[in-house]
Amino acid sequence: MTILETSVNEKKLTSKDFVSDQEVRWCPGCGDYSILKQVQTVMPDLGRAREEFVFISGIGCSSRFPYYMETFGMHSIHGRATAIASGLKAARPDLSVWIVSGDGDSLSIGGNHTIHLLRRNFDVNMLVFNNQIYGLTKGQYSPTSEAGKITKSTPMGSIDHPFNPAALALGADGTFVARSMDRDPKHLQAILKRAYQHKGTSFVEIYQNCNVFNDGAFEIFTEKSSKKLETLFVEQGKPLIFGENNDKGIKLDGFKPVIVNLNEGHSANDLWIHDETDQVKANILARFFDSPEKEGHLPRPFGVFYTEDRPCYEDMMTHQLEEAASKGADLDKLIAGRETWIVN
Amino acid sequence: MLAAVNETVESVVIRFAGDSGDGMQLTGSQFTNTSALLGNDLATFPDFPAEIRAPIGTVAGVSGFQVHIGSSRIYTPGDSCDVLVVMNVAALKSNLRHLKKGGTIIANTDGFDAKNMRLAGVADDKNPLEDGSLEGYDVKKLDVTKITRAALTDSGLGVKEIDRCKNMFVLGLIYWMYHRPIENTVNFIESKFKKNPAVAEANVKVLKAGWNYGETTEAFASRYEVNKAKMDAGVYRGITGNVAATYGLIAASVKSELPLFLGSYPITPASDILHELSKYKNFGIKTFQAEDEIAAITSAIGAAFGGSLAITTSSGPGIALKTEAIGLATVLELPIVIVNVQRGGPSTGLPTKTEQADLLQAMYGRNGECPVAIVAAQSPTDCFDAAFEACRIAVEHMVPVFLLTDGYIANGSEPWKFPTTADLPTIKAAYSKPEDKKDGKFLPYERDEKLSRPWAIPGTPGLEHRIGGLEKQNGTGNISYDPANHEFMIHLRAEKIERIADYIPDQALDNGPEKGDLLILGWGGTYGALKTATRDLLAEGYSVAHAHLRHLNPMPKNLGNMLKNYKQVLIPELNSGQLIKIIRDKYFIDAKGLNKVQGLPFTTIEVKNKVKELISK
Repeated sequence: MTILETSVNEKKLTSKDFVSDQEVRWCPGCGDYSILKQVQTVMPDLGRAREEFVFISGIGCSSRFPYYMETFGMHSIHGRATAIASGLKAARPDLSVWIVSGDGDSLSIGGNHTIHLLRRNFDVNMLVFNNQIYGLTKGQYSPTSEAGKITKSTPMGSIDHPFNPAALALGADGTFVARSMDRDPKHLQAILKRAYQHKGTSFVEIYQNCNVFNDGAFEIFTEKSSKKLETLFVEQGKPLIFGENNDKGIKLDGFKPVIVNLNEGHSANDLWIHDETDQVKANILARFFDSPEKEGHLPRPFGVFYTEDRPCYEDMMTHQLEEAASKGADLDKLIAGRETWIVN
Repeated sequence: MLAAVNETVESVVIRFAGDSGDGMQLTGSQFTNTSALLGNDLATFPDFPAEIRAPIGTVAGVSGFQVHIGSSRIYTPGDSCDVLVVMNVAALKSNLRHLKKGGTIIANTDGFDAKNMRLAGVADDKNPLEDGSLEGYDVKKLDVTKITRAALTDSGLGVKEIDRCKNMFVLGLIYWMYHRPIENTVNFIESKFKKNPAVAEANVKVLKAGWNYGETTEAFASRYEVNKAKMDAGVYRGITGNVAATYGLIAASVKSELPLFLGSYPITPASDILHELSKYKNFGIKTFQAEDEIAAITSAIGAAFGGSLAITTSSGPGIALKTEAIGLATVLELPIVIVNVQRGGPSTGLPTKTEQADLLQAMYGRNGECPVAIVAAQSPTDCFDAAFEACRIAVEHMVPVFLLTDGYIANGSEPWKFPTTADLPTIKAAYSKPEDKKDGKFLPYERDEKLSRPWAIPGTPGLEHRIGGLEKQNGTGNISYDPANHEFMIHLRAEKIERIADYIPDQALDNGPEKGDLLILGWGGTYGALKTATRDLLAEGYSVAHAHLRHLNPMPKNLGNMLKNYKQVLIPELNSGQLIKIIRDKYFIDAKGLNKVQGLPFTTIEVKNKVKELISK
C-alpha cells in the first residue's frame, strides 16, 4: 500500500460524507430533518467504511430517508423493509444494516415482519419514526394514534386502541428497546450510537413531529415548559428522577410504580434504580404510557429500556454453514445421488 | 402344483391405493426404484389427499400411487392402470375409474368388512367383492391383514406395528407377479429401520410372505416380464421434479459462483424444494423460512441486493401474495427466481392436484406494466434444466424470472440421465466496479447491450447508491416523475425482457414433420401426454408435429414462422385457455384449444381424439 492510499483510507469521514446529492423533500419543519441530521452526525463516529452501511426503508414520509444518505440504500415497499433487511443481513452479515420506518409502515402494514425481526434478533438497527399519523397519505389515523383522535378517516374519533411500540417490542422478545425524540439531538445521537453498538436487533422508537397533519403530538414531552415534568430520562444504574427541579422520583411498591416527592422525606436511595438488563422492570417501564391528561399519570420514559445478549440469527446461520462445510460440497456427487444404474 | 404362465408385456401400469396410513406412496416408490434398477423406463404419479390423515377408511383419506413401467420409452404415468391394488373399499370406490376394462384388482378383503363399508359410505348389501358389480375384471381377493398377522405371530410386535407391515405383503406379491427381485427393498428396509431391527425383520418377513404367496398359491395364473427399455446409454438415477429443481438451483449457484439464498414459506406442493435446499448448507446455501410469503420474497430481494443468487419458492396462493414484491424486483432490476409449483386454484383450490392455470398470473399479474421472464419445466427431470435456465436468465439479464412447474411433475418421478458439472455452462454475473464511475459519479442504471444494469454490491467502495420502487430516471436511478421518462422506462423494461430472446435457442420441434396438418403446441407438465399422443398419431399416419415451449416470455424468435407451417395449431392446456390467448394475441392465428381443469393431467387418448377431430374436419 502506498503512502497516498493509506492517507486516503485513513481520512476520517465527516457527517457531510453521508449527505447525498438529493434534495431533501420533507415538509419544512418536519421532525425528520432533525433525525436525518443526527444519523448523519453519528455515522462518522461508528468507525466503519461508508460502503458498509445500508439503509432500507419501506413506504411513508420517513421512508424517503435512504435517498438522503450517501450510503447503499433501498426505498422498498410498504411494511417490508424489515423483511428485506432480514434477507440482506442473513446473506451479508458483514454489513451494517439500518431500517428506517414509520408507525404505519412498521406497526400496521409491516407489523408481522417487525415482531419476527425482533424474535430472530438479526443484528440490525430499526428506527421507527413515530408521529402517530399517516402523513404521506395526508392525515389518516395510525396504529399509534390515541383513541378518540379525529382524522380524515375518523371524523367521529378513532375507536382503535393504539399500540404501545416499546411494550410491543419487548413482547416480541426484542433485545434492545429504546425511545428518543426528534427535538433532543444529543439524546437521539447517544441512543443511535447505543443502538449501533448493540449486537442484535435494536428497536428505537423516535417521537417525531408531523407539523402538517399532527402538529404538537409530542409537544408536552419536547417543549421546555413541560418537558422536565412530563419526561423521565433513564440511565443505567441511576435512580428514576424527573421534575422541574429533579425533585420527583419513581419508587416501586411491589410491582407498582409510584411517584414520590424527594422534598418530602424520600431520598434518591429509595428510588427505582434503572437496570437495562432487568426484563421485568423494562416491561413496567414500557407501560408508563398514560395520557399526560390523566390525573396522577406517570412521566413518559426515554432512553434504553432494555438490552439483552442473545445470539443473532445470522451468526447461528453462519455457524451451521461452517459446520456443514466440513462435509465438503461435490455437485457431481449430489446430482448422482446414492442409487444409479448404467444403460449400455 | 400348477406353475404360473410367463407372459412378456411391453408395458404395465400399476396403481396402489389405500388409506393414507397404509404406506401406498412407499410401496409405489419401492416398486419404481426396483424397476428402474432393472432397466425399465418409467414414470410415476402420486395422487394423495390434502388432508394429512383424513379419517381412516373414508374416501377422503385414500392415497394413491400410479407407476408406468415399460420396455419402450415411457413419457406418462399412464392414462389408466392394468393392475389396481386396493387396501380397502374406499380405495376401490375412488380408484376403479382409473382401471382399464378387464384389468386386475388385488383387494385386501379385510378392508371390505362392515366397518370399512360404512366408513366408505357403501351400503351393507353392496359389497363390490360380492355383489357382482366387478364382473368383467379379474378380481384377486386375499385377506392381507390376516396373512400378515399370521406371519408375524411370533414377532413380539404389537398389532398396530404388525398391521403397518401389510403394504410389504402387497409389494412382495407384485414383485413376484412382475419378476422383480426383492433385494433392493430388503436393503431399503434394513437401512430405514437400522435402529429397530425387530421392525426391519418383520417387514422383510412379510415382503417375503407376499412373494411366496404368489409362488405357492394357484390364485395367479400368469406372471409378467417387462424387459429392459432401449434407452440412451449412460448413467441414470430416478428423480422427482421438486428434487430436480432443487439440484438445478444448486448447480446454478455453483456455476455462477454466487451464494444461494432461499426465502420461502411452506406451501403444498412446493415445500419439498425448501426441505431439499435446507439439507445442503455444505454448498453455502442459506435457507430462510420466513414468517409469510411476502417476507419470503422480500428477504430474497434483500439477499439479491447483497449479491446472492436469490430464490423464492411457492404455489398459487403464495405467488398472489408475492405480487407487489415482484413489481419491486422488476423496478429495482435485481435478479430473483420465483418458483411456482402450480396447483389447482383459485384461492386455496386443490392443494395436492395439478393445474396450469397460473400462466397469465405470471405474465400479467402485477400492477402497472411489469414484464418478467417466464420459463416452464416440462417433466420431472426437466425441472433441473428449467431451474438452471431460470437462474441464468435472472443473473445475466438482471431481471425477475418465473419458473413454472406443477404438482404433477413436481411429485412425479422418472429415470434421469443426469449431467456432470463439466457439462453445464457457466453463468456470468456482471458487476459494477469502482472504476466504472463517470466524472466521479456512479450510474446504477447504466445499461449494457442486453439493456441490463450491472450489479453494484453493498460493500464495494465508491458504489454507494440508492434504489427503490419509485420510477427511476434512466442512468442515475434517481426518482423521476417526468412523463416522458416514465414512458421511456416502461418501454425499456419491456424491451429488456424482449431482448432475452437474442440469448435463448430457437424453438425446436419435439417430433413430427416441419410442415403438416397440425402442430400441437404445449408448455409445462403436459409434455409426456402430448409426446406420447404425437408418437401414436404419427404411427397411425397422421401429419402431426409437437413443439413444447420452455421459454414463455419472451418466446423464441422463430416461433411465429413455425406456427405458419401447419394448417392448424392445437394448444392443449390444463386450464381454460391461457397460452392460447397469448399466442392468438402475438401471432394472430386461429389456434384451437384443448382444455381440462379437473386437477388431473391429460390422458393420451384425450389428446389423440382432439387431434383426430380437428384433422377430420
